Amino acid sequence: MAIITMREAISQALWEEMERDQRVFIIGEEVGLWGGTYAVTRGFYDHFGADRVRDTPIAEGAIVGAANGAAMAGLRPIAEMMTINFAFLAMDQIVNQAAKMHSMFGGQMTVPVVIRAVGGGGRQLGATHSHTPDVVFAHFPGLKVVAPGTPYDAKGLLKEAIRIDDPVLFIENATLYQAKGEVPPEDYTEPIGVSKIQRQGKDVTIVTYSKMLQLSLKAAEQLASEGIEAEIVDLRSLRPLDMEPVIQSFKKTNRAVIAEEGYRSYGIGAEVAARIYEAALDYVDAPIRRVAQKEVPLPYNRDLEQLALPQIQDVVDAVKGVLYG
Amino acid sequence: MEKGEMLGLYHQMVVIRRLEEAAAGLYQEGKIGGFLHLYIGQEAVGCGVVSARRPEDRLITAYRDHGIAIAAGMEPKVAMAELLGKVTGCSKGKGGSMHMADVTLNFWGGHAIVGAHLPIAAGMALADKFNGSDAATICLFGDGATNIGYFHEAMNLSMVWDLPVLWVCENNKYGMGTSIERASAVPEIRQKAKGYGMANARVDGMDILAVRQATQAALDQVRSKGPFLLEAVTYRYRGHSMGDPERYRTHDEVTKWEKNDPIGVFHKYLTTNKHATQAELDTLEKRAEAEIDLAVKFAEESPDPAPEALFSDVYVEEVG
Repeated sequence: MAIITMREAISQALWEEMERDQRVFIIGEEVGLWGGTYAVTRGFYDHFGADRVRDTPIAEGAIVGAANGAAMAGLRPIAEMMTINFAFLAMDQIVNQAAKMHSMFGGQMTVPVVIRAVGGGGRQLGATHSHTPDVVFAHFPGLKVVAPGTPYDAKGLLKEAIRIDDPVLFIENATLYQAKGEVPPEDYTEPIGVSKIQRQGKDVTIVTYSKMLQLSLKAAEQLASEGIEAEIVDLRSLRPLDMEPVIQSFKKTNRAVIAEEGYRSYGIGAEVAARIYEAALDYVDAPIRRVAQKEVPLPYNRDLEQLALPQIQDVVDAVKGVLYG
Repeated sequence: MEKGEMLGLYHQMVVIRRLEEAAAGLYQEGKIGGFLHLYIGQEAVGCGVVSARRPEDRLITAYRDHGIAIAAGMEPKVAMAELLGKVTGCSKGKGGSMHMADVTLNFWGGHAIVGAHLPIAAGMALADKFNGSDAATICLFGDGATNIGYFHEAMNLSMVWDLPVLWVCENNKYGMGTSIERASAVPEIRQKAKGYGMANARVDGMDILAVRQATQAALDQVRSKGPFLLEAVTYRYRGHSMGDPERYRTHDEVTKWEKNDPIGVFHKYLTTNKHATQAELDTLEKRAEAEIDLAVKFAEESPDPAPEALFSDVYVEEVG
């Protein structure tokens, strides 16, 4: 197995799917000549040509709208939102068009579109460019929302997203592009809607995904040095949400921390905690704790921004909180 | 045009008129829910435009879609069943008035967020171009849609990428209750094409033959040169939706436009030019009435969707 970065894993998935299926094409701002603002599609334009790596005007509604239309007409578009913050401009196309048409027209249309969107804070881009709004998109049935935290999952889940007939929002985190992990050389996919145990442990369950998975793994190492073994369940997909591994783990540890980068209010933590209480109330040994972003528009100042974002230490503290109250 | 085709178009316009009138009645009886946007007054646009398309040309429209559905070839009973929310409806009772479609007729809906289907139309045209097809996509929308960003993004995209799209604006003078003069910087919609360097034309939308001819010419241009904006000036005789108090227009204005009724205009043309006799047209009208009676009967007698249909078709693949 090769060790590659998240960026390389995503890039490989796109490249291999485009080689495999001539209907697959990329559409978005600066995806072609520029090579992608995060360099994910560097080299694609020269290899696949302008028709399959299609640069667009800065018009997010039109980008996702055109991708939806092309998908309905039989192609397999991958629309790129340069950042997920711009996906708000395409919100209607994502949640009110792509997510609705299969059901609303009685099953006669499919919209096999993938919308790649990179988000997350921590890069001093100020309040408008630093959102982690994953939960907003995950609210709507009809859309699948995937947010991998490792290169292996990124590659396998992106390939699956491209191959299935449902619309998928594939959320990347900009500060994760350099994260490294093992990826096998052969073709593989990972199922969407299946959570995964990323670390075994007996003392506490940490439920997380995406960037916070990486921070949680580091927190778990720190905790292990203190004799606390945390089990980490990576949701990977926010919709469908696979709670089974979470519940199983919780029934073993009886304690849980949910770590997400987005805001606490109405967040993944609230949803997952509620579902744990619904399914396993008798197993609760301590109130579930949530680690999340402070409820402010993210400031530019580096220290203030980091103060607002959830950190490794926050996960460590929350775990100790559920263990020792 | 052959006589048979002309009579077919006349029949189609009358079917739409009778279907809409029957729908209005069923709405008053509480058998149709939600919004109901009637096409009455605009029949010449839908029938004229669609009569000029090839089967491979895709058709997509906004929420005032019953007439377009019929023009596309949908059976009135299937449209009526959808209006009544029945499982035999084109969208299995899940779409309703605003969301009719039949992809086997190359009719792609029925879209109720103003402007949202314009970039979707551009994407369909992109797919056809990508596949080397010479099909065009015909996208209809109202005058109100030309003030929203989607319109401008889609117009621009279609030109930048030279997409085979015929943009058809059904200018019925009002976006809901706001007149075009109050809502649009230029009341002549075709002018908006000029900002994108797009070919354009304006046609009398109450004259089906003029609409058909203009559409044919526009489609020729779409296939050979690129996108085209066709503005059809028309009028809806009924309110925006059911329950519209119509405070925004005068009775005199409606009466004036009614004198220009597209069915009356075509009737006069057919009889004056001896393409059809009064008796022949009477027969077509009776046939249309009978068809709509049957459609209502079919819809009323059709079953509602079963409760278990609630969770069907949300996803193609439920997990993974």
